[in-house]
Amino acid sequence: MNNRRELAIKTLTRVEGEGALNATIRNGVVEQVELNIYEPPRYFEGLLRGRPLEEAPDITARICGICPVAYQMTACQAMEDALGIRVTDEINTLRRLFYCGEWITNHSVHVFLLHLPDFLGYESSISMAADYRELVESGLQIKKVGNQLLDIVGGRAVHPINAAIGGFHRAPSQTALKSLLPSLERAIAASVDALHFIARLDFPEPSGTYDYVSLRHTDEYPMNTGRVVSLSGLDIAIEDYEQHFRERQVAHSTALHSTMLPGDEAYLVGPLARINLCFDQLSPIAKREAQRCRVNWAAASIYQSVIARMLELIDAFEEAICIIRDYQVEPAITRVEYSPRDAVGMHATEAPRGLLYHRYAIRSDGKIAEAKIVPPTSQNQAQIELDLRQLLEASIDQADDQLTGSCERLIRSYDPCISCATHFVKLNLTRANESPQRA
Amino acid sequence: MAAKPTIAVFKFASCDGCQLSLLSLEDELLLIADCFDVAYFPEARSRQVAGPYDVGLVEGSISTAEDIDRIQEVRRQCRTLVTIGACATAGGIQALRNWADHAEFQRYVYAEPAFVDSLATSTPVAAHVKVDYELRGCPIDKGQLLTFLSAMLRGATPRPATYSVCVECKRRSLVCLAVSRGVPCLGPVTQAGCGALCPSFGRGCFGCFGPHPTANVVPLLDQYQAGEASGEELLPLVRGYTGYASAFREAGDAIDPERADHE
Repeated sequence: MNNRRELAIKTLTRVEGEGALNATIRNGVVEQVELNIYEPPRYFEGLLRGRPLEEAPDITARICGICPVAYQMTACQAMEDALGIRVTDEINTLRRLFYCGEWITNHSVHVFLLHLPDFLGYESSISMAADYRELVESGLQIKKVGNQLLDIVGGRAVHPINAAIGGFHRAPSQTALKSLLPSLERAIAASVDALHFIARLDFPEPSGTYDYVSLRHTDEYPMNTGRVVSLSGLDIAIEDYEQHFRERQVAHSTALHSTMLPGDEAYLVGPLARINLCFDQLSPIAKREAQRCRVNWAAASIYQSVIARMLELIDAFEEAICIIRDYQVEPAITRVEYSPRDAVGMHATEAPRGLLYHRYAIRSDGKIAEAKIVPPTSQNQAQIELDLRQLLEASIDQADDQLTGSCERLIRSYDPCISCATHFVKLNLTRANESPQRA
Repeated sequence: MAAKPTIAVFKFASCDGCQLSLLSLEDELLLIADCFDVAYFPEARSRQVAGPYDVGLVEGSISTAEDIDRIQEVRRQCRTLVTIGACATAGGIQALRNWADHAEFQRYVYAEPAFVDSLATSTPVAAHVKVDYELRGCPIDKGQLLTFLSAMLRGATPRPATYSVCVECKRRSLVCLAVSRGVPCLGPVTQAGCGALCPSFGRGCFGCFGPHPTANVVPLLDQYQAGEASGEELLPLVRGYTGYASAFREAGDAIDPERADHE
């Protein structure tokens, strides 16, 4: 008997961007698993060419409305690498504060609005709020403080306007930042409470082990810079990234996956990778609370990323509070001058969902000649598909709807950002369209 | 009591930032969910109620063959259709392809362009279906979104401001960057809504909210060119995030007639 089962999730929900999952099981064997990303391509690398290099941070921010600061910080620093300039310590500190705002906002959206409903058995935070109103309201208030921080440093939370190559257009207002301190203090306390509630939830067993990849910095938890390290022992400068990682075309699908050389291995970026590789660099409160959670991070499951996100949220709050307390004088120089030249520059930062790499070639007329962007989700995609295959094999006896639900929960654990990844995968559309919803 | 009005959120080619603005209404989100039945919003909830819907918020531009069909269906399903953001109202930054060689763009980004379903153009929703209201911005202003939603609830006609960013600048008593520092600023021709955000950070407006209805863009750019700005400098400014909106498109094409868009 030829028993063929096809599983399809037509629209992945509670993820950023639009994607689908297709899997085929024949005679109890998983034949094919494909994370299908049907976000329309927007050709960012193509359209950047010929634009003034000053525009790179603003244009690449538009790749993702959820993590625009990650794009801005990576683009600015890649351009500064090409231009051969170094920014001041004050600017670097303000950039870290800026990035803290994005981690707070991004992690709180994912944890409270998108991911927690899975653990508590709801289809959304809206329905979850009927029974857990305080938890949802607390999450929204935590998120709000992150947005306020982004408003002050960047001008607005989505596509901030204050970041520039060389620094900032204007120094963030000291008065405004200081007035945010009481809210930040309240939010860190609320985050610690939420962390311990979340850490006590039931988590599915780990499906396997990962090779983690993240930045690592000698004296801070990685955000804006560092060396690229892996659990398997890689330790390289950012400029050597492309010698050790590449996008590989996979025979069974049209998707390009990032893999680590020399063996074309899948790897994992994001909060779980950072916690595993940089635990010692967490801020004091985050580290103390992490120890109270008693998670064995070396053997953690991808589902426990939600705990890692909460710890990073606490870290970001604590660091933001320290930076604002020390922010006594608005710096006289907010933007370092530069002159365009023919050069290539690259940089990587830690977006909330993992390592983000940019490389640009620029010309002496001030225009962009080439652009390459490797977002975190395209790096995780190979690992996501491997994990999905393993999940399907282990749960093959489950009914279809149960199985697709499990797959969707697994995918959500990575916090995939499909808008970011879209141009690194090939689109393979099945045009069985119905209603206005996508097939 | 009458049933709650239903609301649906649809996405086309976009960054998700405008629909995120709905989730960024932290103080009002649960209240909104009490007042509206959020019937279709894949980014935020798994439950999906079939249409028709009272209000449809549409994010993103039309850039694939499938989009062309889907936007028609979205229109049929929505009593009131509202486009949100620069992509939906003007084609977005991805509309830069409209002046470029699309096949070359595909080859540059993709190893095998044949697999990619993509049109040569990125166009606003209004180029395909009737749009009832538009909320401008890259991203939209969440305050405008909230005002709009409350107007819908009360049965009022929402009227987002159509005056220029200059008005907001004057209200904030900001010194004019164009006059005092010679910065080419699109404030005089850009629709209000951001609260003169960029000028308040010492930066010229780059037109996120698109041209206002009576914008006279060409003479403004002529004026800047009579000063210190070159056409080469002004072109990317006007051909940017809302560059495909007609007043900006005409002004950009006047500077760059060789690559003018022939619609």
